[in-house]
Amino acid sequence: MRVPRKLGFTENMISFVKRFLIALIIIAVLYALNLAMSKTGLFGFGVPLYQVDLWKMAGINIILAVSLNLINGFTGQFSIGHIGFMAVGAYSSTFMTVYYTQGLEQWLAGMVGASVAAAIVFALVIIIGALAAALAGLIVGIPTLRLRGDYLAIATLGFAEIIRIVITNMNKVGGATGFRGCVDPITNITCSDPSLGRLTIPAYTNFFWIGFLAVITIVVIYNIVNSDMGRALISIREDELAAQAMGVNTTRYKVTSFVISSAFAGVAGALYGHWRLPHPNDFTFVRSFEIIIMIVLGGMGSITGAVLGALVITFVPEVLRMLPGGVYNYRLVIYALMLIIIMITRPQGILGNYEIASWLKRARKRPEGGGAIGGSTGAPIAEQSDSTKKSAKELENR
Amino acid sequence: MDTFVQQLINGLNIGAIYALIALGYTMVYGILRLINFAHGDIYMVGAFAGYFIALKLGLGPSWGGLLFVLIGSMVVAALVGMAMERLAYRPVRKYARMTSLITAIGVSLLLENLFVALFGGQGRGFPQLINDTNFALFGNAAISKSQILIFAVSIALMVILQWIIFKTKVGTAMRAVSFNLNSAKLMGINTDAIIMFTFALGSALAAAGGVLTAQYSPTIDPLMGITTGLKAFVAAVLGGIGNIPGAVLGGLLIGVAETMVVGYGSNIGIQSTYRDAVAFAILILVLLIRPSGILGTTVQEKV
Repeated sequence: MRVPRKLGFTENMISFVKRFLIALIIIAVLYALNLAMSKTGLFGFGVPLYQVDLWKMAGINIILAVSLNLINGFTGQFSIGHIGFMAVGAYSSTFMTVYYTQGLEQWLAGMVGASVAAAIVFALVIIIGALAAALAGLIVGIPTLRLRGDYLAIATLGFAEIIRIVITNMNKVGGATGFRGCVDPITNITCSDPSLGRLTIPAYTNFFWIGFLAVITIVVIYNIVNSDMGRALISIREDELAAQAMGVNTTRYKVTSFVISSAFAGVAGALYGHWRLPHPNDFTFVRSFEIIIMIVLGGMGSITGAVLGALVITFVPEVLRMLPGGVYNYRLVIYALMLIIIMITRPQGILGNYEIASWLKRARKRPEGGGAIGGSTGAPIAEQSDSTKKSAKELENR
Repeated sequence: MDTFVQQLINGLNIGAIYALIALGYTMVYGILRLINFAHGDIYMVGAFAGYFIALKLGLGPSWGGLLFVLIGSMVVAALVGMAMERLAYRPVRKYARMTSLITAIGVSLLLENLFVALFGGQGRGFPQLINDTNFALFGNAAISKSQILIFAVSIALMVILQWIIFKTKVGTAMRAVSFNLNSAKLMGINTDAIIMFTFALGSALAAAGGVLTAQYSPTIDPLMGITTGLKAFVAAVLGGIGNIPGAVLGGLLIGVAETMVVGYGSNIGIQSTYRDAVAFAILILVLLIRPSGILGTTVQEKV
């Protein structure tokens, strides 16, 4: 493990200013993009609405894929229940927005203006969504993470389906018809009395929020993976028994990474809920598979791979819509075929275990690391492991 | 008591179908350690194959026609299963298990979307191949001819499967391969052929399940395999995946539990809309007590 050199005060300040500037630039870029993502913004050169929606979906998928990668790719615990935590985040945050935050927003609007008040309230409900999903992750994780491999996979899938079915049976959040706004507790239909709660869920989510939180997700997961905790997680992935023997508290680390991963799924859910209005059918296990496809396609155990996979899976079906008439009906068949062919020809995913930054670094043969933004600090994870090879060995040992 | 018997019959019926599908999951898992997510769609392919055979031949209600449709759809599904193994799974077999899993999801999407593109997403009425009549048991409980058919055929198929696995040469080879693939290869077993045969066998069983279900509740659509397939998979895991009697036990258990919740759940505060959650709830409870299923064996991990 790389021992970090102690930095002096000036060096510290320089590094802090550098990071601060980078953060400012990212926020400025996102803000400009957000303006571009509307008809009137950026002097009328806006992006069409349909493409805006696609980019928003891509951002949400990035949050989901990168966070799932923490538990599936880096910790090696195979979970197919990610969508369940997204559902928890979506429903808990919209529930708060509809029934509880109206007064708060009005009160704040009187002091700081309507748009800032909406932003504060949205940030608050996103945090609530994340906490609710984290709590669900803790409740699900503690019992199930004792299980191994496929049993863990099916148990997480089961929990996600149970969450969905429970939500479908909750009248207060719209049940099987989806959650649009406040529901009268007596008649169980959409209420007409605004004092009971908001009649519609406000569309807080815009591209800025999604982009900003996607960047936060990537930064947080990146820092976790490159910390002591990340080393522990990777050691669990490589060999749980050996990690335990080396003094890694495997249960604690597994549950922690599961909870963090769930919390980010909750964030994605909160963003989704305040954009598309949550519906139980949005959270079926088929969507969980989709997120897994993203991370496997991009390369398990690679953050940039997960981002890439999320982009590919979001855009490819839409690009296939451009196919001419006769083939058009078969676009999803082509999509499935592409998936199978990629798995046959590039089983380790597009990037394998590597990050894009470490690829570039190797290509340029730089004498020393550092400099490039997001250039990986420690050794690339890939050099310590080769999951493909290992699994092949396992297969032989059976 | 009458309703209880009725619910039990209905539950065992659904359970028998789950068991037929679960057998395919468990056999493939036992040999390749692969969760074949496309297996539920093979069940759908079987139902569609039966539909088209009956339609093209213009078969009316007759025992011979039914037998022909049943065997025909089993053969078609077995061929599809073998093609699936040869074209999609064999090339990725040597890679990480995750790759195989995604390939399986890909095959599942392929079958579903192909059938939607070819035949449309709407449901189709399955032709009646037997004159369905009810036989009164005692009281108000009754059993229909198609229900008797489900019991008879699934029991017969399970007996045949048992015979194949334990009494024939190819069955011995299957057991050897599932015990240790490489040693089996060293003993001169053509493992590729055995794996293909396993897929064919599992697919045929699922197809039989598909035709029997379509006979009992006669609507089929390209997405019918998703939920049923998932529950059958849950049944396989519940019984201990890789274990053949376990798959049957798990299937029957889940079928009965589901109908009992629909029938009696409201008495203990569980609405019938929770029906689909029952399978998963049982699964999770069982896994917490026995982490490798009811009949599964725990493998002691060695350093």
